Amino acid sequence: MTLDDFLLAFFSLDILREAWPILWQGLQQTLLLSVIVVPLGILGGTILALLSTVEHPLVRWPLMAWVDFFRALPPLVLLIFLYAGLPFAGLEISALGAVAIGFFLNTGAYYGEILRAGIESVPRGQMEAARSTGLGRGQALAHVILPQAVRNVLPDLISNTLEVVKLTSIASVVALPELLFQARQAQSVTYNATPIVAAAVIYFLLLWPVVRLLSRLENRQLAARQ
Amino acid sequence: MSSWDRFVDSFFNARVAWEYLPRIIDGFWLTILLALSIIASGLAAGLILAVLRSFGLRPLNWLIVFLVDLFRALPPLVIIALLYFGLPAAGLSLSGFAATWLSLSLVLMAFAEEIFWAGITATPRGQWEAARSTGLSFLQTLGWVVLPQAVRMVIPPLTNRTIAITKGTALGSVVAVSEILGAAQAGVSFSFNPTPLTLGALAYVVLFVPVVILGRWIETRFAWKR
Repeated sequence: MTLDDFLLAFFSLDILREAWPILWQGLQQTLLLSVIVVPLGILGGTILALLSTVEHPLVRWPLMAWVDFFRALPPLVLLIFLYAGLPFAGLEISALGAVAIGFFLNTGAYYGEILRAGIESVPRGQMEAARSTGLGRGQALAHVILPQAVRNVLPDLISNTLEVVKLTSIASVVALPELLFQARQAQSVTYNATPIVAAAVIYFLLLWPVVRLLSRLENRQLAARQ
Repeated sequence: MSSWDRFVDSFFNARVAWEYLPRIIDGFWLTILLALSIIASGLAAGLILAVLRSFGLRPLNWLIVFLVDLFRALPPLVIIALLYFGLPAAGLSLSGFAATWLSLSLVLMAFAEEIFWAGITATPRGQWEAARSTGLSFLQTLGWVVLPQAVRMVIPPLTNRTIAITKGTALGSVVAVSEILGAAQAGVSFSFNPTPLTLGALAYVVLFVPVVILGRWIETRFAWKR
């Protein structure tokens, strides 16, 4: 195989031009999907983290089982179960619906663990001090504990959000036309690898700044610990 | 048939479960084989890159940082698609197993390098100086003094990341690897009953819940002293 053949198979500008409208639609879907599933995951995580502040064993143990279950189940398995399994129970579910529920359950468990660690990193005295000024438990959580908790685990939250955006690519498996799905379509129509290479480049350009930022935040956190 | 009976007949059908259990068990072993191969090669490659980075050769370090950033930014499924559907265009066909193994190894390599490197830089400078002053060479210092401390320090984040990436073996089902999810999906389409999916989900839970709990334990056992 000559270099020209290689370039033609992986970096063909003609193919890119042809596939671009499809890829562009895919990119928009990926962004839209991220804007839907990230808040869903954070919502699920916040609920779990707030529940984890309840010390009653009837809350504590089921909560732990819930979180461990959804951390143990690979997200793709959950997604397939929702999308391909539920119709057998008479519950027809759209691809988007399955993705939304799956991400709420899966990424919620991860966000929940991170936020829980954040809440635990805030000294107990903060809660007592806040309560002693007359704030209710909920008010103290919302205005005193959570803001500090979020700040303490910000790198982990950003890191998890990066993982969630990357994970939206599994929606391609249930035929949701996001970036990877569109790239695969274009590739199978053109018999050329350029669309997949292009999708990879788009993902990289989109997420590289986040990876750089994370690297920096993690190093700073490490320096602070020394 | 009541809707409850229909539900049980769909998701917990004993006859279907009995028929497809052997395939799910085959998938179970394949998942373990795939996961162990990824852990071995990914961690080894990550450690080698971190050691190479400690030599402080500028151009080499730029290359390592770029590689790490690249595989942190790309979704694993995109890498798998690129290797499995893209490479044949260069006359190079990988099996689904090889493509999944290579992709996830590269991803684990990137995260592991970052984590090992963090551990190396977090080891106090005085340790280097003390070791070198006793007559140990650079490599001896790295191998006998710095790495043992660095590795111990990074065990918790490394364990969590390794677990998360290992769950990605389910992505192999997309490229026709008959690991647990692949075997389960094949079972669903043969039997037209979702019980194999229930079995598959159960297999993942059996496999990963102990791992998740182990990770949680390691996190507290080796926690950073604050």
